[in-house]
Amino acid sequence: MHCKGDTVFRFITLLFAASIPLLFFGVFSMLVIKSQLSIQAFGLGFLFRSVWDPVRNQYGALPFIYGTIVSSLLALIIAVPLGLGCAIYLSEVSQSKFKAYIATMVDLLAAIPSVVYGLWGIFVLGPIFGLSMLSGGVLLAIMILPTITAVSREVLQAVPGSLRESARALGATQWETVKLAVLPPAASGIIGSIVLGLGRAIGETMAVTMVIGNRPEISANLLAPAYSLSAVIANEFAEAVSDLNFSVMVEIGLILLFITVLVNGLARLMVWKMAGQNRIQ
Amino acid sequence: MLKKLLAVCIGLTLLSGASLALTLNGAGATFPYPIYSKWFSMYQQAKGVQINYAPIGSGGGIRQFMAGVVNFGGTDAPMTDAEIDKAGGDVLHIPTVMGAVAVVYNAGFEGLKLDGKTLAGIFLGEIKKWNDPKIASLNPDISLPDKNILVVHRSDSSGTTDIFTNYLAKVSSAWAAKVGAGKSVAWPAGVGGKGNPGVTGAVKNNGGSIGYVELAYAETNKLPVAAIKNRSGNYVTPSVDGTTAAAAGAIAKIPADFRGEILDQKGAATYPICGFTWIVVHQNQTNQEAGIALKDFLIWALTDGQVYAKELYYAPLPKSLAGKVIETVNSIK
Repeated sequence: MHCKGDTVFRFITLLFAASIPLLFFGVFSMLVIKSQLSIQAFGLGFLFRSVWDPVRNQYGALPFIYGTIVSSLLALIIAVPLGLGCAIYLSEVSQSKFKAYIATMVDLLAAIPSVVYGLWGIFVLGPIFGLSMLSGGVLLAIMILPTITAVSREVLQAVPGSLRESARALGATQWETVKLAVLPPAASGIIGSIVLGLGRAIGETMAVTMVIGNRPEISANLLAPAYSLSAVIANEFAEAVSDLNFSVMVEIGLILLFITVLVNGLARLMVWKMAGQNRIQ
Repeated sequence: MLKKLLAVCIGLTLLSGASLALTLNGAGATFPYPIYSKWFSMYQQAKGVQINYAPIGSGGGIRQFMAGVVNFGGTDAPMTDAEIDKAGGDVLHIPTVMGAVAVVYNAGFEGLKLDGKTLAGIFLGEIKKWNDPKIASLNPDISLPDKNILVVHRSDSSGTTDIFTNYLAKVSSAWAAKVGAGKSVAWPAGVGGKGNPGVTGAVKNNGGSIGYVELAYAETNKLPVAAIKNRSGNYVTPSVDGTTAAAAGAIAKIPADFRGEILDQKGAATYPICGFTWIVVHQNQTNQEAGIALKDFLIWALTDGQVYAKELYYAPLPKSLAGKVIETVNSIK
């Protein structure tokens, strides 16, 4: 039975769905148009230069790209084992009532505004690690921990109980059960949670700005101050008066968008590959 | 039912539109926002004109002003000639209040004295330790610690940085050559904190640090403040009166369009690191009613409004200067 209401309904939802690609295209084209001045002035070299001198109108994005990537990777290195471990405990190991409280607290951590994390970072991480790349990485790790934990836990809980029971019936220990029966089918979902976390780490602005030291310099020393793409936009965009300075800020935003798309694309590929390998036959 | 509701909604919108008094819109610098919002609420109570101000930064303010989105812009650094041309050429700079930039530090002692060259040396990263002979010779009575200096500067581009770096460039040729002046510069040393709170926090939490913040932040956070040597040879700590004195000392040199600075001025009590904040308006207003209201507000701010400055740590304009500024405001058509 075909009814008129359904056609209207279909049309309306299509409209809503179409708004997403339209929005993305709108943002993307605005970034490209407004960054023309900067692209013409510095070309591709913008990505590889490390000068940042607004007084003399010399700009390069390399220290910011480096800072964004390194601080996000640091965050992953810390948060993935912690978050995954926590999720496994909550989903597979714990039988106590205590775990409900932990789970609630994980969700609460996710709800704390980033500027509050930043303040905490200034007063707690600052005196320990200084205003540095490491402070930024540790703070980001704490901020993405709830994302990774909460999503992984959901994914683990969605693994059918029959798989666990079969493994136990074959004489597997608890660790072997998790390793052999639970983690493989959950792998693509877990990667998804890590990508969500990474996405947040790359884009996080306020908290990072407050602890990273904001120094456009590439240093192998993690205790040295650094800078990130989103932080420099937050710091300088509001006061960018000259057209070139403004355009440079927009190009930094464009680079940030590219990095995010790239990371998401890679992760999507990984998830597809994993899902292909682990499909339960 | 639904139609009735709709009718009521439309009716209410029309009603509120009719009873809405004149509204002026502005956008710009965050630095004067506390006093501006005080002014706007006092002025609305007195005259019934509502003024909205978005503290989005001087850059954003000038951008919106040039685009004609707002009636006036607020800025900590005057517009350049090119920007004025772009905005139509008839731009008036109205200084409203002044602010001082305090040098704050955290090194386990109080009463630090610095001159401009030494301050520049520290921020250039050339003076690395607190007991450096250059600092010691200015502070013979203090036993200075053998500690590294951590320079803290603003990471966000700001009018405070503009005042501070312009001062350093004025008193130190090395600074002028290597770094220059602006709202955001390539800092040769140290770490950046976001906003006044970021710098204050970094200085508070790191022993051996030195930074610069707006006077209000130095006063309310109770950080030790350095006394800076002024042109008359006195060491002066930042204050509202010291800032007004700077403008009074510079009055003969301030250009007719008020796009001048008041750094490093003569006078016994003059504090050397301070500057104006401006409201920019078009001399030729397109909307008569808005123009008249804007003019009236600016005159009110430059007379009755000035008394609110001091409690918020802004320096009122010296009376002689305020008189000249009012003449300019009166030229708005």
